[in-house]
Amino acid sequence: MNIRITRRQTMALALAAAVTGLGSLNGTTAQAASYTLLNVSYDPTRELYEDVNKVFAARWKAQTGDTVEIRQSHGGSGRQARSIIDGLEADVATLALAYDIDALNKQARLIPANWQTRLADNSSPYTSTIVFLVRKGNPKKIKDWGDLARPGIGVITPNPKTSGGARWNYLAAWAWALKQPGGSDVTAEALVKRIFKNVPVLDSGARASTITFVERGIGDVLLAWENEAFLAVKELGPDKFDIVLPSLSILAEPPVTVVDKVVNKRGTRKVAEAYLKFLYTPEGQEIVAKHFYRPRNPQVAAKYAKIFPKLELVTVDGVFGGWAKAQAAHFADGGSFDRIYGR
Amino acid sequence: MTASTADSPLLPAGAHARRPRRIIPGFGLSLGYTLVYLSLIVLIPLSATFLKSAQLGWSGFWHVLAEPRVIASLQLSFGAAFLAALINLVFGLIVAWVLVRYEFPLRRLVDGLVDLPFALPTAVAGIALTALYAPNGWIGRWLEPLGVKVAFTPFGIVIALAFIGLPFVVRTVQPILEDLDHKVEQAARTLGASAVQTFLRVILPALWPALLTGFALAFARGIGEYGSVIFIAGNMPLISEIAPLLIVTKLEQYEYSQATAIAVAMLVISFVLMFGINALQGWAQQRHKGRA
Repeated sequence: MNIRITRRQTMALALAAAVTGLGSLNGTTAQAASYTLLNVSYDPTRELYEDVNKVFAARWKAQTGDTVEIRQSHGGSGRQARSIIDGLEADVATLALAYDIDALNKQARLIPANWQTRLADNSSPYTSTIVFLVRKGNPKKIKDWGDLARPGIGVITPNPKTSGGARWNYLAAWAWALKQPGGSDVTAEALVKRIFKNVPVLDSGARASTITFVERGIGDVLLAWENEAFLAVKELGPDKFDIVLPSLSILAEPPVTVVDKVVNKRGTRKVAEAYLKFLYTPEGQEIVAKHFYRPRNPQVAAKYAKIFPKLELVTVDGVFGGWAKAQAAHFADGGSFDRIYGR
Repeated sequence: MTASTADSPLLPAGAHARRPRRIIPGFGLSLGYTLVYLSLIVLIPLSATFLKSAQLGWSGFWHVLAEPRVIASLQLSFGAAFLAALINLVFGLIVAWVLVRYEFPLRRLVDGLVDLPFALPTAVAGIALTALYAPNGWIGRWLEPLGVKVAFTPFGIVIALAFIGLPFVVRTVQPILEDLDHKVEQAARTLGASAVQTFLRVILPALWPALLTGFALAFARGIGEYGSVIFIAGNMPLISEIAPLLIVTKLEQYEYSQATAIAVAMLVISFVLMFGINALQGWAQQRHKGRA
């Protein structure tokens, strides 16, 4: 009686093995002057890097005659970092926060400790921030971080333990509470606790949260990357959602780096470094701005100033003393996030 | 073969006095293969898990497992998988019964549909179920006014696991049901048993071992299921966060040994439960044979 099952399972296993085998086939070809790069990135940058890759490949071909094909991988920032540590051969890592790239140094020595000083602007070719995406007309009158803690408001955010974007959300709320009259770590933790009481679904990544809010219609406000909020409005029509800027938010600097161990082994350092530097060129900055990331280049930034309104932005270094400290105080085991879900 | 003795044409004289003859030879070879294969595929990865969690030491290990979130997630994973397997036990039996005992149009198609949860990538199943049961989904919008929330609650997890586990019960029960002789039931009825008595005392005992196997398979599948559940669960700590998700979360924080500690706890509990179900199954089989 078990034979039928076993045979089915064997077939399923064989199929799975075949698919996995195909998946791990390396795209490198033996031809000279033809490169493949793997860019391992965080969740919402799919569309950005699709564009960047196309343009960079054309420029590189014109400049050197070499062909370069760039493959991309996306997921929660922490998970992507772990994949690289576990052996995913990423030539470049472009993640949501410096802490996750630091892990490539601390956990596996894939890159030197001073990686963040190798490129301009803390190795972050663009910045972003956290904004609110609300239903059209803002029926619940959500204006600022304090409103998120009101009873009866549904707040959608991913889990800060797994999502880089969610950590920015969390720290932005915390920073806002600190700046209020009489604000302290105690009042900040109380506010964040009340906000998370209003969270009905904790997805593992930023894109999943966007889908929960936009497609499933859950919640009144989505705490989102600015670019993700713009994308949702653009894709789904301005008649469905509004973007609300809080009085204060956080300056997110998603950094990039080449993964030294990998590029040395694969002989791709030159093209990988050129790829990252391309992001800083006026052309690269234009693409960045078109995808609603805030460009660093002053000329390009001025050109797109209308899209990106000015708002008060605090930094993780300024308020929390850097990512290592913020991580330990808030997201590590026993940190404030664990406490707010404790009993 | 040179069988020459007239009185035992099937066995060559004295050829296998000591060992019973096997149809396919090569016990040594096949056992060796079995051991190597099991080691490579099952034992070595599992022992690596145990070794990794051993880095924590006993107190560290218990400390991880004593966290309220870990306890809640383990309760949820095992509880939801148990409920889903129980649901499948009942409805899987009905499906198998209909497929075996009745002729109706498109029966083969329905039969094929049963395997769909095997073939479908679990993430696809999860997304589809979530879209259906979300408050704005096809089914969810009818349940919402009644105050029934399915998606993003533990109830949604049970639904996803019931979907994933259905084929296990149907496919284990079906062949047994096919072999079950109609005449036995007829005999029971002619001897004065009611329909209910026939079902409970004639059919069910014959099906028990297969039902238990199907239950155990569906249960085991549900405990470890990740792909379909995370979409529909809502993933709230202490409420709808399954243990496999907690393992993934720990991994993403580079807490490898903590993650494996939860994995080891799941393994041990699963093993004990499966062992118990197997024993129960053996007992049911003995009892059935004893009666027949």
